[in-house]
Amino acid sequence: MTDIFEKYKDKLPGAILEEIKLESKSNELTQAEIIRALDESVKEYEAALIAPGEAIGIITAESFGEAGTQMTLNVFHFAGVAEIQVTRGLPRLIELFDARKEPSTPSMEVYLKPEFTANEKTIRRVASFIKEMKLQEISSEISLNIMKQSVDIDFNEEKIKLYGFKKEEIIEKVTKDLKNVTVKETKKGITITSNSEEVNLSMLYKIKENAKSVLIRGISKITQVLPKKEDSKYVILCAGSNLKEVLNMKEVESKLTTTNNIFEISSSLGIEAARQAIINEALSVIENQGLDINIRHVMFLADIMTQTGVVRGITRGGISGEKESVLARASFETPINHLIDASLTGELDNLKSVIENVIINQPIPLGTGLPGLMSKMKKEDKKGAKK
Amino acid sequence: MTEDVIKKVDSIRFNMLSPQAVKKISVAKIVTPELYDREGYPVDGGLMDIRMGVIDPGLRCKTCGAKLKECPGHFGYMELARPVLHIKYLDEILQFLKTTCNSCGRVLVEEEKVKRHLRNVSMAERERRYRVKRRMISAFINSVKIIKKCPHCNAKQKKILLEKPSTILEDGKRVTPIQIKARLEKISDEDVAALGINPKYARPEWMILDILAVPPVTIRPSITLESGERSEDDLTHKLSDIVRINQRLFENINAGAPEIIIEDLWDLLQYHITTFFDNDIAQVPVARHRSGQPLKTLSERIKSKEGRFRHNLAGKRVNFSARTVISGDPRIAFNEVGVPKVIAMELTIPEKVTEWNIEWLKELITQGSKVYPGANYVLRPDGKKKRITEETRDQLLEELQPGYVVERHLIDKDICIFNRQPTLHRMSIMCHKVRILPGRSFRLNPAVCTPYNADFDGDEMNLHIPQTEEARAEAEILMSVQKQIISPKNGLNIVGSVEDAISGLYLLTKRLTLNKEEAIQLLISAGIYDERMSDFKEKVSGKDIFSILLREDFNFVGTAKDGSNVIIKKGQLKEGFIDQALVGEEKGQIIREIYSKYGDEVGLDFLGKIFRLGIETLLKTGFTTGISDSDVSPKIQEKNEELITQAKKEVEIIIVQYKSGKLEPLPGNTIDETLELKISEILNKVRNDISKQVGNNLNEENHSIIMAICGAKGNLLNVAMMSACVGQQAIGGRRIKGNYSGRALSMFKKGDLGPEAHGFITKGYKQGMSPNEYFFSAMTGRDALMDTALRTPKSGYLYRRLANALQDLRVEYDSTVRDAEKSIIQFKYGEDGVDVSKSDGGKINVKKIIRQIKGK
Repeated sequence: MTDIFEKYKDKLPGAILEEIKLESKSNELTQAEIIRALDESVKEYEAALIAPGEAIGIITAESFGEAGTQMTLNVFHFAGVAEIQVTRGLPRLIELFDARKEPSTPSMEVYLKPEFTANEKTIRRVASFIKEMKLQEISSEISLNIMKQSVDIDFNEEKIKLYGFKKEEIIEKVTKDLKNVTVKETKKGITITSNSEEVNLSMLYKIKENAKSVLIRGISKITQVLPKKEDSKYVILCAGSNLKEVLNMKEVESKLTTTNNIFEISSSLGIEAARQAIINEALSVIENQGLDINIRHVMFLADIMTQTGVVRGITRGGISGEKESVLARASFETPINHLIDASLTGELDNLKSVIENVIINQPIPLGTGLPGLMSKMKKEDKKGAKK
Repeated sequence: MTEDVIKKVDSIRFNMLSPQAVKKISVAKIVTPELYDREGYPVDGGLMDIRMGVIDPGLRCKTCGAKLKECPGHFGYMELARPVLHIKYLDEILQFLKTTCNSCGRVLVEEEKVKRHLRNVSMAERERRYRVKRRMISAFINSVKIIKKCPHCNAKQKKILLEKPSTILEDGKRVTPIQIKARLEKISDEDVAALGINPKYARPEWMILDILAVPPVTIRPSITLESGERSEDDLTHKLSDIVRINQRLFENINAGAPEIIIEDLWDLLQYHITTFFDNDIAQVPVARHRSGQPLKTLSERIKSKEGRFRHNLAGKRVNFSARTVISGDPRIAFNEVGVPKVIAMELTIPEKVTEWNIEWLKELITQGSKVYPGANYVLRPDGKKKRITEETRDQLLEELQPGYVVERHLIDKDICIFNRQPTLHRMSIMCHKVRILPGRSFRLNPAVCTPYNADFDGDEMNLHIPQTEEARAEAEILMSVQKQIISPKNGLNIVGSVEDAISGLYLLTKRLTLNKEEAIQLLISAGIYDERMSDFKEKVSGKDIFSILLREDFNFVGTAKDGSNVIIKKGQLKEGFIDQALVGEEKGQIIREIYSKYGDEVGLDFLGKIFRLGIETLLKTGFTTGISDSDVSPKIQEKNEELITQAKKEVEIIIVQYKSGKLEPLPGNTIDETLELKISEILNKVRNDISKQVGNNLNEENHSIIMAICGAKGNLLNVAMMSACVGQQAIGGRRIKGNYSGRALSMFKKGDLGPEAHGFITKGYKQGMSPNEYFFSAMTGRDALMDTALRTPKSGYLYRRLANALQDLRVEYDSTVRDAEKSIIQFKYGEDGVDVSKSDGGKINVKKIIRQIKGK
């Protein structure tokens, strides 16, 4: 059985072979029928192959460009909570293709290892360790004590109990974070004094402001968490993204956890992962908008954006700005700068791409403009051709 | 013979013009600001010197001897009394000053380091790692900039500062362009290269201008106003300013004027030359006309959408095109376009005279250009073009022989290209066949409106006539409507039956039974003839009539819109009925099946036939819709009102719960959000219930309902909105809140949470809305309008960027996908090399293949 399929290995892509294998089993095909199915598939596959010279880039651009006119603007998708929202629709697609360093609504999906998903309590506990918590949140009052030249912080006892904080723990964190201060325990909370010799009011004020945002628990940038059951698996949805830190947590299932920040994925998981992330994000926008764009176009775009090993956006600073041809760059945006730079290095434009040939009225190297004929001319032919 | 297409331009080199080069390409030295003498003749040595080209008819260029439009124009030059900085190279000048020694002119590092840096750079260049190269150079520059002491001559380096816009200070003292130039001249070629500039094409001292190139007259033509006055181009204005100041500067220097006056004039010269290059520089006052309008100088000519690049170089104009309003005509084929006679007589096709068509062409010439069908021009083999008029006709007829070309009027079946803007995808520009029709508008089949995204509310479209055999062949083979029906976006058919045609087919296949005569009459009137028609029995079912369009070897299994099975066996519709899911746009399962099985010609023929059959069926049975279609019986009306009161009560209960604090928040939500969610849920449910109730209780014969069921137009919800309840109006996915101290409109009580106060419309369009309901409806309408208006430019820019970045990518002969620099993007397109528009939704349908094998 398997050797029949082996024979067609070079003729058909693996996915189609697998599907035929599966289908022929469930349909109980005979040997002869399988061969016929394979032959038919080869025929259909070969007929569907893309033609050399096809301007596939433009087709991809058109597929997105035309669909873009049908997308809605400013649709926020509420993942249950108002704080956790995700930009969808055209704005998300634009920021994705721009390869912005920070998405407008960063978010994460954190999956936990099975041993931590036993009951909801453990999950909530893990979630509370992910959520960034600043000193301000557990304090009831932060005040300047001018007499003592110190910052007094009173804790909210309820919250301290609820989250199970110990004062020593907090003191350690604050001392480490603020630097050059002494922290002492008081009845209601803590008091901070500066170690430097000269202490003035503005310095004290600064300490107070900095103390507010001392991270005492959780991962920075993650502003909101929401544990959620997603078909028998527990997921913690997070507003804000910090993949590197989250992956360092021992409770986290690193294989499943994702973020919508492409650059974080690229730096902590590599460029291939970033490519897949671009594909997933773009597909989810397309699906969410009820549009139908073939995955090939999305893959293609992701491939171009990640081709050089770094994520490049489709902007004048990214792909369009890195073209070899001066005229191609100049005809997109900021023509003057490109011309000036070209003159400094004495750049040579070989007129290999489309726009330059449009500019000088020559056939473009795509489709039917691509093939050329080469033939040796006999000497007398040359003369004949001249007249 | 047509001209051979040869690639004439191989490459283009960009470099700076050296003063020597400027002198070399120049034909005139400009010395006087005067333009014309008393007779209005251009002055020698003036800015309109006819050695630099001619712009007046009748004159000849003194350099090349050619007349207007033939002479390409020639450069002139101007000697500046004092050198000035080229504003566009200011950054580079500054960089050179900062990185080289102020006394010996060497780069401020040891020679060895420079050499090592140069080696690294040239290696990166060879390996085509331009990004790396750029980074290397900028790192080198940044490291050199901060060095305070020259390692070669131990001279102390002073701090160089730029005082905007164009004054360079060294330790607070001004460095004149003369001094700068002297310094830049000292820099060796090797050092220039180390700073990332190729000394062969750009020497730093060239960035200081003492010779200014004067552009040819032909790029700055003057226009003669009606009054006979001449109005000069902006560039000429600017240039004459420069000449004038330059002259004054010369005179003052020669007369030994005080330094302060000379410096003022020098600054003025710098200003004029700066604005000559770019009139939009920060901190430089904009040069204006006397009317106050800013001058359009060199940079402004190149820049932006209306600039040289995007407007003239990347955008071309054509002849042999027409534009007019479009209107619909369901009786012409999908791949035809109705062309008005007036247009057909203006657009022509060059027809080569042979001995086989000479008689026909002679007939056309006899008709002349004013009678259709005729011809407009005759082209002699020697290239002379003669218009056919009453006077020339007889002579042309006499001399016409093979080898001549006749430009004849358009006739039926000619190839043309039809286009509607915005051309967002390749289906926006397709090849049609001409069909000459009376009237003044282009006619097209309503079914091909979708790919063009056209309607007939005043849309205009463009028509182009390819002029060569090659162009016609390409258009027909690659761009025909039938070749474009499967979209490359998702592999679905973008053309299909629409509106009435679907209603007709639905009625025909669902319930119609005709007698033999009627059936044949119906088919013939739809333009269908088939021998199988004679096999009809006395009573013919609609399914049998539809089956006439199918070939006998056609098998098909599919599902209709309502999920019921549709089975075609051996070309007979056995079970089910035809609706939008089977023949409509994007969904047409049968259409795609026929396409993949029989090819595009048969597919298009089938599409045309079902379209006409559907429409003829409706013509025969009669089909209309009106206000009475949305009538509901008083009983249903009552039931609907009951449903709404019920829902209101439910909402009331929840509000009471909320106010008493008993409402349990949903996981992850605040109580406020929970309340909103629950209310929205109830109100959406009641609208759906009403729509179901209305749908169930309206007559099956109700034409509005038929259209909704078969997918021709609208859906049941729309019917319910007309007859019973419009429902919740939402902005941004939420109930309308409004910000008038806690209420949406002043007629509501503050803090009212009920359905009506937040945009729930309880009545149907037919009953009419109350003023506040109408206001809510207008709010959502306005929101939708805003969204569209804001979206269009955004998505347009995204598309432009995408198209620009991806336009060079193509599939190579080795099946890889590469860009213009030949670097590989994908080894196989989409990982399997399948063209979406040639496959079934981007896939090879294995299930179908196996079903076919099992079926036989």
